[in-house]
Amino acid sequence: MKKIISGNEAIALSFGDSGGVFASGYPGTPSTETLEEVARLGEVYCEWAPNEKVGLESAIGASIAGGRALATMKHVGVNVAADALLTLNYTGVNAGLILMVADDPGMHSSQNEQDSRNYAKFAKIPMLDPANSQEAYDFVRDGFEISEQFDTPVMLRTTTRISHAKGVVEQKEKIEPKIGPWVKDVPKYVMLPNYGKIKHVEVEARLLKLQEFAETTPLNRVEMGERSLGIITSGVAYQHVREAYPNASVLKLGLVHPLPERKIREFASLVGRLMIVEELDAIFEEQIRAMGIRVDIGKDKIPLCGEVNADIIRVAAGDAIALGSAPIAALPQRPPIFCPGCAHRGLFSILSKLKVFVSGDIGCYTLGALPPMSAMHSTICMGASISAAHGMAKVNEIAGRSEKPVAVIGDSTFFHSGMTGLLSMAYNNGNALVIIMDNRTTGMTGGQENPGSGRVLQGQPARQVDIVALVKVLGIENVVELNAYNLAETEAAIKKGLETPGPYVLVDKNPCILRYRIKQPVIAVDPEKCTGCRACLKAACVALGLGAAAAGERAKVQVDPNICNGCGVCVQLCKFDAMSEAKGRG
Amino acid sequence: MDIFNIVIAGVGGQGVLLASKVLAESALASGMDVKQNEVHGMAQRGGSVISFVRIGKEVFSPVVIPGTADILISFEPLEALRYVHYLKPGGMLVYNKVTINPSTVASGLATYPADVEDQIAKACPDAHGIDALSIARAAGNDKAVNMVMVGAVMKKLPINAGVVEGVVRSVSKEKGIDVNLKALNGGAAA
Repeated sequence: MKKIISGNEAIALSFGDSGGVFASGYPGTPSTETLEEVARLGEVYCEWAPNEKVGLESAIGASIAGGRALATMKHVGVNVAADALLTLNYTGVNAGLILMVADDPGMHSSQNEQDSRNYAKFAKIPMLDPANSQEAYDFVRDGFEISEQFDTPVMLRTTTRISHAKGVVEQKEKIEPKIGPWVKDVPKYVMLPNYGKIKHVEVEARLLKLQEFAETTPLNRVEMGERSLGIITSGVAYQHVREAYPNASVLKLGLVHPLPERKIREFASLVGRLMIVEELDAIFEEQIRAMGIRVDIGKDKIPLCGEVNADIIRVAAGDAIALGSAPIAALPQRPPIFCPGCAHRGLFSILSKLKVFVSGDIGCYTLGALPPMSAMHSTICMGASISAAHGMAKVNEIAGRSEKPVAVIGDSTFFHSGMTGLLSMAYNNGNALVIIMDNRTTGMTGGQENPGSGRVLQGQPARQVDIVALVKVLGIENVVELNAYNLAETEAAIKKGLETPGPYVLVDKNPCILRYRIKQPVIAVDPEKCTGCRACLKAACVALGLGAAAAGERAKVQVDPNICNGCGVCVQLCKFDAMSEAKGRG
Repeated sequence: MDIFNIVIAGVGGQGVLLASKVLAESALASGMDVKQNEVHGMAQRGGSVISFVRIGKEVFSPVVIPGTADILISFEPLEALRYVHYLKPGGMLVYNKVTINPSTVASGLATYPADVEDQIAKACPDAHGIDALSIARAAGNDKAVNMVMVGAVMKKLPINAGVVEGVVRSVSKEKGIDVNLKALNGGAAA
């Protein structure tokens, strides 16, 4: 039966159809829906790990115990899991193991644009790069076979336009899971130097065997057409190539590491101009040039940054000017912002007012960096809010500056890699205020379960970690609960945290209103009392707006009752008592 | 290359993705190849959302290039203006006239263009504005704006309207079927 599904859904479906036994990972756009779909399909055990390293390590254990395993993550997640990956490549696998990584060219929802193909090269392991949903489905099955045949982990790489694009998929016959024996094998799985030295030699030999495999596998296919232009490409870039040049000769790589040198050499000899179309880094191009093959069009014409499209390819080949037309300039931007009713709005209203340095983190609260709040001053990676604040505080101390930094981090990010930073702060006698926004979900990626939410991925009730107790046990003496909807209380609590020497932690426990579908009575404005001073607009809430101004008067604020969630932050910002108090929340 | 390109624009939370799904499923049910693509993530938080549906005998890229769309469906006037350059010369725009303030306007950093409809008419000669919210409300649910918008373009697609109705039935929850069909037909009559 044909169905139209996304690349992520196709990977999940194929995992169940290809004998999958265990899946783990950490949410991250554009990879998140893969594990969610495994859970929805309900055929295979799956779980959210607190971070990508734990997810991959658990998948390694599953493979050692004989079950086909899948670990899913976004590109930057592989940085976290890299410690495991760069030794897993030595041990190899028992049952097949696939690491699915979703890259984000164009940075639709990411902090960088790293190209995961570098990891396959770095780890000397095979990588598959599907070009549509059908290939995403097929490559999971191929990946398990390659993994088991060559005793290696396999990386399955998608990009946003593969993970989130929907295309037609035909399902294959289901392979029932077979769980293999759980065998003790010290030289294979214990990477002491003596065993590691033997394994490194095997890794290099395996790579040569994989190179031979790459020469003959149908995963790499030549589509001969007109011979004046030959294009080597992979992944979604293949689709853009076909869009631009339906009749060109194409070497389409499905296995993007290691490269098939003889096949590339032969293809290059058959075509006039050789063009390489790859998104992000010049991974193919550098290797192909190193083979001594002439490349006529490559990264000199195709940008290293952002996504590729058919227009870019046509222009690079020098055949046409872009069809594209330019957008209308100077329209008001519509950036994402805290949802109406979100507790982050209260917190950032105060942080903005106090003008403190905020060391930020990855999550919905990163939006606090945008105007008008402009109350986040560094955001590096998962967990860095706390550890970076610690470093800032140490330098402030050395410099004799009295200002104390504020770290802001969410619950899921705290579990992911904030805990170790806080442990360091307690251990190394740090001096920062840490605010943990515990909304009981992994919010930015759409509301996934986590160790604090009380449920696991497959829905069953789970042990719920007590963040306050956890913070105390890490060695923090001052831990105080916060209600960020109450601005006066929040301001007082932050000031106290800043004045008290040493590490100080505030924990807000208001749940995510989107995830838990919380709706409060809406706010009304009294037009008699509203002076049009705009103080409430600093809340940056899309439920607020200015009405038409009467002659000689300032425009007054209006609340859109369809959007307002009644959190009451704007009520507290109003100096003229013009907004009615929301009920039901302290 | 006979590819029919549809761009759907709106604001996070308006149901752009479900509308895209209905169009893509309808194309598949009509025996055509289809690719549908949108960007998730940050867009969910009230940001600008854009989605592509490409229909044809064989569709390669999931992305519509600016200047090549046959139809732009926009759930909000400012978003119509933001993406009108996706239309090919002679392309058609159908938009919902009900405005939603972006956060930049709500926080007083920018002003919503008062002449948004004039600007749209200037940018696209074949533009049609409808009050999708009133039609959705009359159908029984404010949130059915997405079905109204699908209905409004239904007759302009290389797909039989009956197929679209069937898909709306299949993607709707049991109790929402009637409302969604009313909204769809309300949009078609607008």
